[in-house]
Amino acid sequence: MATYELNVNGQRKQVNVDPTTPLLWVLREELKLTGTKYGCGISACGACTVHVAGIATRSCVVPVSLIGDRPIVTIEGIGNDPVGRAVQDAWVEKDVVQCGYCQSGQIMSAVALLKTTARPTDANIEQSLGGNLCRCGTYVRIREAIKRASGQLT
Amino acid sequence: MLLRSRRTGSVFDQAAPNANRILRSVTVILVACGAGLLLMSFASPQARHGDRARTRTEGLVAWQQVYSVLTSPRCINCHTATNYPQQGDDRHRHFATVIRGPEGKGVAGLNCASCHQETNADSTGVPGGHNWHLAPLSMRWQDLNDEPLSSVAVCRAITDQSKNHHLDGPGLLKHHEDEALVRWAWQPGRRPDGTMRTLPPLTHEEFVAATRRWVEAGTPCPPGR
Repeated sequence: MATYELNVNGQRKQVNVDPTTPLLWVLREELKLTGTKYGCGISACGACTVHVAGIATRSCVVPVSLIGDRPIVTIEGIGNDPVGRAVQDAWVEKDVVQCGYCQSGQIMSAVALLKTTARPTDANIEQSLGGNLCRCGTYVRIREAIKRASGQLT
Repeated sequence: MLLRSRRTGSVFDQAAPNANRILRSVTVILVACGAGLLLMSFASPQARHGDRARTRTEGLVAWQQVYSVLTSPRCINCHTATNYPQQGDDRHRHFATVIRGPEGKGVAGLNCASCHQETNADSTGVPGGHNWHLAPLSMRWQDLNDEPLSSVAVCRAITDQSKNHHLDGPGLLKHHEDEALVRWAWQPGRRPDGTMRTLPPLTHEEFVAATRRWVEAGTPCPPGR
């Protein structure tokens, strides 16, 4: 066990966990931030996506010991960011969600995309969110919502 | 005057035999050197050609060792000609539709750094190293069918400074010796199932030594295509 000081959604958090514990389980089990979901556990589905130093990161495969002092933003905190807020609003407006399990990961990847590409093409969206799977098949509405958010931001 | 003349003559007369001996010695030396040069004028082209041929041969042998490492999965999986990296010893396409992206680091939302951290994550089986990224397309060592390029083609590519970020021989040696992602190939960590990833066919020390021999031979490339 080891103690780690984490910066999560702008707040300092201290956890005492095994160094190999994936960030996902630190967020969910230790910090009770359950908006980030466990999907596949091998970074193949994107449900566990959070931002680490602004990079959309698959938290299920990153041991907490490798985080260091990089700031973490989860779905619970992304609404404090203007781009994150716009994406969440667009998600509601376009009624994207069906079962919703994958959607926090979808939103985190969408925000990462819009922060680097203000007006993404369909190809940009497919490439950036290609690692976020949705078994409900909401991809068309996801694309519409990203374009809606882009329109609101530019 | 007489005295002086005598003295002078006397001195000269005494020095003359020594001067003659010196002159003869110099002549002998000059003749010997001339003969040597004459012999070398016949022998040296062959001898020099022999040295060159031996050095080039040694360089080509060393290159083949270098090539065996470059085309091993730990190296060539990120030197693709396609829009995606590969993984595993069978060099299959990277899962999760990961793509190259404009800088070889994936795309926003799906960067290399989305999973690959600064070091290996052995507990989850994800390899990592500083600045994890794909090699540029100019340094592709495969064709579009994911088949390794020939020894000649790879050699020509990595010695072409318009393609290799302007690295000369010593620069290539330093790259092989120090670059973090090159060194990662010998510390590749564990697979998700906990087993160790396969290493390149040479140790890093052997790889660097082979690169040095190849560079010292003038980075020769095999003939042909």
